[in-house]
Amino acid sequence: MSRNINFKHRVAVVGAGMTLFRRRLLETPQELAWLAAKQALEEAGLALKDIDCVVIGSAPDAFDGVHMKGEYLADGAGGWHKPVVRVYVGGATGVFTPIAGWWHVASGLCRKALVVAEEKMSHAAKPHPQYVFRYIWDPIVEKPLNPNLIWIFAMEMHRYMYKCGVKKEDIALVSVKNKRNACGHPSAQLCDPNITVDDVLKSEVLVWPVQRLDVSPVSDGAAALVLADEAEARRITDTPVWIKGIGFTLDTTHWTNRDLAYPEYVRRAAEMAYRMAGIDNPRKQIDVAEPYDPFDYKELHHMEGLGLAKKCEAPILTREGVTQRDGDLPINPSGGLLGVGNPIAAAGLMKVAEIFWQLRGEAGARQVKKPVYTGLAQAWGDLMQAGTVIVLGI
Amino acid sequence: MTKVAIVGLGWSGFSPEVVDMSFREMMFKAAQRAYEDAGGLDPRRDVDAFISCQEDFWEGISIADEFAPDPIGGAMKSVYTVAGDSLQCVGQAYAMIKSGLFDVVVVESHGKPSDMLTLHDVMSMALDPISLRPLGLANIHALAALEARAYMAKYGVGPQHLAEVVEKAHRAGLRNPRASYAGRLNAGDYELSPVVVDPLREADIAKFVDAAVVVVLASEAAARDLSDTPVWVEGVGWRTETSTLELHDWAFPLHARMAAEDAYRQAKIADPAKEVGFAEVDNRYSFKELQHIEALGLAPRGSAAEMLLEEPSTQAAACPSTSAAARWPRGSPSKSTASPD
Repeated sequence: MSRNINFKHRVAVVGAGMTLFRRRLLETPQELAWLAAKQALEEAGLALKDIDCVVIGSAPDAFDGVHMKGEYLADGAGGWHKPVVRVYVGGATGVFTPIAGWWHVASGLCRKALVVAEEKMSHAAKPHPQYVFRYIWDPIVEKPLNPNLIWIFAMEMHRYMYKCGVKKEDIALVSVKNKRNACGHPSAQLCDPNITVDDVLKSEVLVWPVQRLDVSPVSDGAAALVLADEAEARRITDTPVWIKGIGFTLDTTHWTNRDLAYPEYVRRAAEMAYRMAGIDNPRKQIDVAEPYDPFDYKELHHMEGLGLAKKCEAPILTREGVTQRDGDLPINPSGGLLGVGNPIAAAGLMKVAEIFWQLRGEAGARQVKKPVYTGLAQAWGDLMQAGTVIVLGI
Repeated sequence: MTKVAIVGLGWSGFSPEVVDMSFREMMFKAAQRAYEDAGGLDPRRDVDAFISCQEDFWEGISIADEFAPDPIGGAMKSVYTVAGDSLQCVGQAYAMIKSGLFDVVVVESHGKPSDMLTLHDVMSMALDPISLRPLGLANIHALAALEARAYMAKYGVGPQHLAEVVEKAHRAGLRNPRASYAGRLNAGDYELSPVVVDPLREADIAKFVDAAVVVVLASEAAARDLSDTPVWVEGVGWRTETSTLELHDWAFPLHARMAAEDAYRQAKIADPAKEVGFAEVDNRYSFKELQHIEALGLAPRGSAAEMLLEEPSTQAAACPSTSAAARWPRGSPSKSTASPD
């Protein structure tokens, strides 16, 4: 990999948009994609005719129930007669989509790119969208056992708790923080200003130690960004937010061989992004972060993988209030997946949009207290194997 | 900004049913050959990123990208999936290397259609779930047949022209060791071929094969290290017209024309009919070869069929198209159109 970080075309985010995140939205996937895209274009002061290419992110085809979902979404995502590509890395797709958008612009192929992520889970399968996950396994070795995705995450959570000596109460603090943070987000699905640790601990057990309020909900939604090269970005806005670093790593398919207590693949993805961004001490140099939190323990897991906390330190920082919106290292000020909702790919892109708004000082009620110059979004996916990281800065 | 080259290529399969390898083993074999072809490349050390081209429903696996890294040496490295054709992946690799961040990028694509039991149902799932799917498409080739009819009616193309395309492709396949369906056909053989959906006969439709293809792309500096004979990528282009079939141009593939224009602009090609030495065009249906020759500007609109009869675009012609019989005699793995020829 090239060590030359002086790219010919710097890439900026100049607009962001997103739909409501809700269960059973009545809009079609194409309509959701367009609502988010339109909002991002309006925020950038652009029209569809100004866009050179479109990058779509969406995770399993089965959620929307459409084969060749990229082609299907293209019309809604503004791809009519344009270069369109759909990329995916499972749950890590949302943060990966602007990563792919970055090289569309950095290469000089496009000057302005529309990045759109969409997922519509509600109607995917009966009796529950989780049913889609019955077909993600090795068809010979694992599928006959009919595993459930929450089972393996329960194993991971258990392992993390055991290795780091973490109590359920400490992990529940993440869920409480994020669901409260979400109350400042106009798209949020699960804002709860009065939720307590006790509520989380008393919620229904799904697979021990995972309880219902440890988990993000089933959601429909879309999010979008507009990217531009430096010359275009400076014409469009006085406050471009630069993409300073990108990183992505995919671990082996064989999840049973993984260290479940520490996400090494996230560490490597972060390392790639930090190298590009010139970051050697993320704990000090990252001002605000949106790590992926489909489960509350994952926020802690990912903070450690990202180097924002030492191994097993994230629960302590959380307990001490460091990760609160007014803390020294605000984590998931948006409310994250636990609060805003989790339409898989769109949830990851929502995180990038949040960092964009935070760095521009446009996050409204969610704006973190400290001044922020550099932020990070990260997503996670596949069989506990994918890590995608993007570093933004002003 | 660096140039981009192809420095290695490997394949496996290309037979109607690969019974002794799983799709992952096919990927491994193709990758192994590609890395050898690239001068003994070590994927664990020398490759910056890997792209896998696949679609969930073809694979029969939800989130099929999970299975991408291991067979191609990409575990714990930068790997992602493009839900598209492998040529689109080559375009992505080109952009990645052009950005200056990546020096060596591997593109993998595979298809194992012999594993598919419900091809018609899979294809039906690609139709708009509200406006088209409820109509119940009786045959997956019906949409192509509508296109063929529109094209043939608009430009005066007859079955004799399609027969010529079929015959040429099968004949060209005789020179290709990977061509499962090569043969010497004549007009009589074509007429005996049963009609699938009028005007398409069985002979007009590329048959499936199982295959995997791996391509290694590199920046100029890396390419010169890895190969004495790099093949430079001068231009890439991909375009989406619309997925709303009701609004799609049935007679002319506008998407191919626009994609070609992008690629020609980068490659500084002003007159493709004169400047392109030979072409491999998508001919999954016979009429598609004619349509695509015109869309790519290798022949004026509506003239490819007559040109074919006058001067068959074989290896001997000025601009031979589909010289190794891209889709047909070799068959059509659902995603691997980055031809190993």
